[in-house]
Amino acid sequence: MSATSTSMKRLVSVARIVMLKDLRAEINSRVLVNQVAPFSVVIMILFAFALDNDGILQRVAPGLVWLATMFSMLVVVQRSFAVETADGALDSLRVAGVDTRALFLGKSLALGVQLCALDIILVATAFFLYNVQLEPSGLLVVFVTVVLACFGLGFIGTLYGGLAAGARGRETLLPLLLLPVVAPVLIGATRATEAGFMSGGAEVSEGWPWSGLLLVFAVIFGVVGSVAFGPLIDE
Amino acid sequence: MSATSTPTGTRATRALGFATLALTVWLIAFGLFVSAEDVVQGSTVRIMYVHVPSIWVAYVAFVLTAVVSAVYLSGKNRSLAWDRVAGASAEIGVLFVAISLITGSLWGRLTWGTYWVWDARLTSTAFLFITYIGYLAVRGLGGTFRQRARRSAVLALLAVLEIPLVHFSVVIWRSLHQESTVANSGTDVELDGLMLFTLFLGIVTFTMLFVWMVLHRQRGLALQDAVDAHGLDVAIEQRRQEAEVR
Repeated sequence: MSATSTSMKRLVSVARIVMLKDLRAEINSRVLVNQVAPFSVVIMILFAFALDNDGILQRVAPGLVWLATMFSMLVVVQRSFAVETADGALDSLRVAGVDTRALFLGKSLALGVQLCALDIILVATAFFLYNVQLEPSGLLVVFVTVVLACFGLGFIGTLYGGLAAGARGRETLLPLLLLPVVAPVLIGATRATEAGFMSGGAEVSEGWPWSGLLLVFAVIFGVVGSVAFGPLIDE
Repeated sequence: MSATSTPTGTRATRALGFATLALTVWLIAFGLFVSAEDVVQGSTVRIMYVHVPSIWVAYVAFVLTAVVSAVYLSGKNRSLAWDRVAGASAEIGVLFVAISLITGSLWGRLTWGTYWVWDARLTSTAFLFITYIGYLAVRGLGGTFRQRARRSAVLALLAVLEIPLVHFSVVIWRSLHQESTVANSGTDVELDGLMLFTLFLGIVTFTMLFVWMVLHRQRGLALQDAVDAHGLDVAIEQRRQEAEVR
């Protein structure tokens, strides 16, 4: 019993170190702030050009927020593994005996934190540019949705990012692998955010079951990912 | 059997091939001529004899891919033959999903008046198609045979998890928006005895065709691997000789 609790503690502490390492790398490089966030805002502006109607924009704003998240996520996941494959950092971590489960959890959580930050910007953009309604109760649904969806996306992104890492043509392969898998998150998060924004006459309370669904996805991919990640990156 | 033309067939596959061919002729006769027209749909109902067996074969193919991938990952003797069967099966599965989507949308055009509806079943099938195209792309990534086998085996098992999740979420996505009334009218056809028999004949024929194709394709993949390995050996040998010359 004590042996398992010690190894659990070790797992958590290693995962925490990996997460902080990734976040520190991000803070030093500022790629998220200087490149990815502006990119996602540009996507939101382009959506406005493409749809060109205030009523429609307000109606479909939740879907656009999450589409912009998905596209930006591709860039963030590439980035997350670019720092690992450069100079063989991933191999060094493996040789150093870092548990792949801890590696997976740490990188996923770091990715989740970055996506959360990005989504706060995107929701704010929708609020200002698309003129959506946001009541306090709606804001709570949207906040919970953002957190659950982003950590779910963090797990999925890390799992498939690890698979594509180091392979030739990974830039084109990752979207093909990742986007079909995140479709359930897109559906759940869009519906929950729709309720939060009260788009199309939706009630705020309708959002909670969808948030529950996002929680289920996050847990499933968290567990499955920590098992499957080791064999995937093992060369 | 010369080294330059190693056939992928054996006596057994040839027998299977001829049996499949005979069944195909029988299916064409029954599907196109003997079986009756549908009261509502007329002759267009005959698309069913290709459409339904195709998606059946696709499901069989992807289940087979998952099972042999699990065997590869779990077994102590990690024979690459399992991996090649998984790859062959997935390739043929993708082909049959494509056939099923094409025949389905043609049938939809004739009976519903539209090539595509955002029905849960259609949408999930499209995702199934894309997922296994991704699987085949991962198989083509390169690296050693062992890397390919392990990577694609894990991915095949992930796909088994992912497909029900996508299907479930698409079902509840659709159920909130609209009842899939259109999609149901096409499949609620009352089948008479002969039509049902023809449908089963189609399923049997297509399944035998699938087995025949997998047997050939996995042998083809084995030969391809052997060629790749041989090429590598030759290249190493050449480098060694160059080093000795110096």
